[in-house]
Amino acid sequence: MTGKRRTTSTFDVDALIKDPGTRILVTCGSGGVGKTTTAAALALRAAQAGRRTVVLTIDPARRLAQSMGLTELDNTPREVPGGVDGSSGGALFAMMLDMKRTFDEVVSAHSTPDRAEAIFANPFYQALSSSFAGTQEYMAMEKLSQLAEQGTWDLIVVDTPPSRSALDFLDAPQRLGRFLDGRFIRLLAAPAKAGGKAYLKVVAASFTLVTRVVTKVLGNDLLRDVSAFVASLEAMFGGFRERAEHTYQLLKAPGTAFVVVASPEPDALREASYFVERLAGDQMPLAGLVLNRMHRAAIGPPGTDELTARRAEAAADSLAAKPSTPETALAEAALRVHVQIALAAEHDNRMARRFAAAHPEVPMIAVPALATDVHDLDGLRTIGALLSAH
Amino acid sequence: MTAAPAQPAPGRLVDGIPVAARLHIVTGKGGTGKTTVAAALALALAEGGRRVLLVEVEGRQALAQLFDVPALPYAEQHLAAAAGGGEVVGLAIDPEEALLEYLDMFYNMKRAAHLMRRMGAIDFVTTLAPGLRDVLLTGKLKERVMELRPDKSPLYDAVVLDGPPTGRIRQFLDATQEVANLAKVGPLAKQSKGVIDLLHGPLTAVHLVALLEEMPVQETIDAARELDDAGYRIGTVVVNRARRTLVPAGQEHPHEAELRRGLDAAGVDAALTAPLARQMAEYATRQSLQAGNASRLDSIAAARVELPELNQPIGLGELNELAEQFMTDDQ
Repeated sequence: MTGKRRTTSTFDVDALIKDPGTRILVTCGSGGVGKTTTAAALALRAAQAGRRTVVLTIDPARRLAQSMGLTELDNTPREVPGGVDGSSGGALFAMMLDMKRTFDEVVSAHSTPDRAEAIFANPFYQALSSSFAGTQEYMAMEKLSQLAEQGTWDLIVVDTPPSRSALDFLDAPQRLGRFLDGRFIRLLAAPAKAGGKAYLKVVAASFTLVTRVVTKVLGNDLLRDVSAFVASLEAMFGGFRERAEHTYQLLKAPGTAFVVVASPEPDALREASYFVERLAGDQMPLAGLVLNRMHRAAIGPPGTDELTARRAEAAADSLAAKPSTPETALAEAALRVHVQIALAAEHDNRMARRFAAAHPEVPMIAVPALATDVHDLDGLRTIGALLSAH
Repeated sequence: MTAAPAQPAPGRLVDGIPVAARLHIVTGKGGTGKTTVAAALALALAEGGRRVLLVEVEGRQALAQLFDVPALPYAEQHLAAAAGGGEVVGLAIDPEEALLEYLDMFYNMKRAAHLMRRMGAIDFVTTLAPGLRDVLLTGKLKERVMELRPDKSPLYDAVVLDGPPTGRIRQFLDATQEVANLAKVGPLAKQSKGVIDLLHGPLTAVHLVALLEEMPVQETIDAARELDDAGYRIGTVVVNRARRTLVPAGQEHPHEAELRRGLDAAGVDAALTAPLARQMAEYATRQSLQAGNASRLDSIAAARVELPELNQPIGLGELNELAEQFMTDDQ
């Protein structure tokens, strides 16, 4: 009896980005794996294929941002100069998320100008909108919603914030929505009122206890700011959770696809695994895994025996034992380089195989490590081509 | 002062690791290998019979994985022995546990905990408001640094934190200041001052981990300037996974005929000549980029430690090898 093993298929990136049915692509993965570069390369390739594309980046490296014409953070998509030639019919726009401004827009959209001014001036709002965990994730999703509502884009590519863990970005918007909409903030805002309500009588004593703790820990100043903030936001309550919920549904809608990005390191692949499992659990569509920075050792033409790290090392050692000539010194250096690269490649392949064995249903594409960093459009085109090579 | 018991002498450490420093915070761009570097530094500090606490705060159980032990509970636990009778102890600080402990210690209010959890208050403090979360983490960190033995000597000779990435390190270190600004009076304000003083004082050094690639180098330079401006002391800049220089100067574009003859002498298939030459040229490109990035790091006025790229997986043997790079032969 031979058990038939499912084998991992190749992730057909071109088919995905050219499919008119694909409307939103979300790249996710842990920090330092080339997520932003992958998002930008996918967007550029889609635009070259004739689609009107916008890429929403969260925190791009400075030179990559400059290469896409993102010199200022103005929270609006701008066309990328030199991105695509007009003949394809496609267009590439890019924007960088301004978390605070996006939050301000949400507030303005849901309240009167007077009330909005009062909110903007509140110290607690200033802290919430600029530094609270989850705000960046929440605002990225909010911006995605806005772009989707504009209806002018064939494809929206979203890069996710560099979270502590890749999963943060799925949970944070709802957590923040739940908090802003929840009992706790109301309690912070109006302890006396909450304690006095009839339906709370039974637990009134507990509320008082919690309030006492909160007051003791946070102090009265902070409570007053929170209280004022909540009072001015009262009209918007419900709106927050509703929007977070709406965005969450958008991520599950047909037309949305997730691309998980990783490098062949244990940490990055562990995060990728969590993400794959979580997406499956939430019925969110995973398109595939991009495995960046894969080392590839030199190989000869078809029919040549593979030069393993061990064989290369033995060959280099044999040269080192001989009297040195320019030829043998050169060959020894070439072989020592090969040992390093071949060992790295063996490690990377082992990591990739391990992931594939655990997740045989996830299509995968390996992108070789480049000798130079990517920080211009040509570099993004190269990555795009590598993403589509199979 | 003469009554203070003799402490084991620290091993000979490189410049940038001040003898007086008791709290070492390791940060770096995501993916640069902060955890590995923090562990190697802890082993180096433990050399010569010292006791070092290695702390993680990101809830990733990265220390347990690195040292190949079961997941760490919220308690100090032996991780590894160091040369000369030293010891590295591990601790994964969990914000929720730290909060409950804090409430219990300062307010004797642990019984309020389950109520607070039901109200969503614990969730609020530990996950939503990083200000408060980071206040709890740094508060706990300070408590561990200051903990004394019955004879009044420090329980730990040094505490090493596998810290948040450079993108969040300022927020993390400044959290207490931020909260102190929001809550100007009250117990929280009072509590904050001790932490602020510790982090800015002579007992603390921040170490930056970089890879010799463009973006990590840029982020390291930016972080160093920001931290310096904010009054934190930079200890060392640790270059991780430095590739060895394998291509001699002048061989960046190998002559294929020459290479073929050399390979032939080693019994290597001539068909591999062109691919090996290309590979060598690519490696040379990386080598020279690496050298360029290394010199860009010179703009940071801090001691440099270079850790070689080791073959994966990294285990205790490799960590000890890396730890040696933090030590010097100079007296």
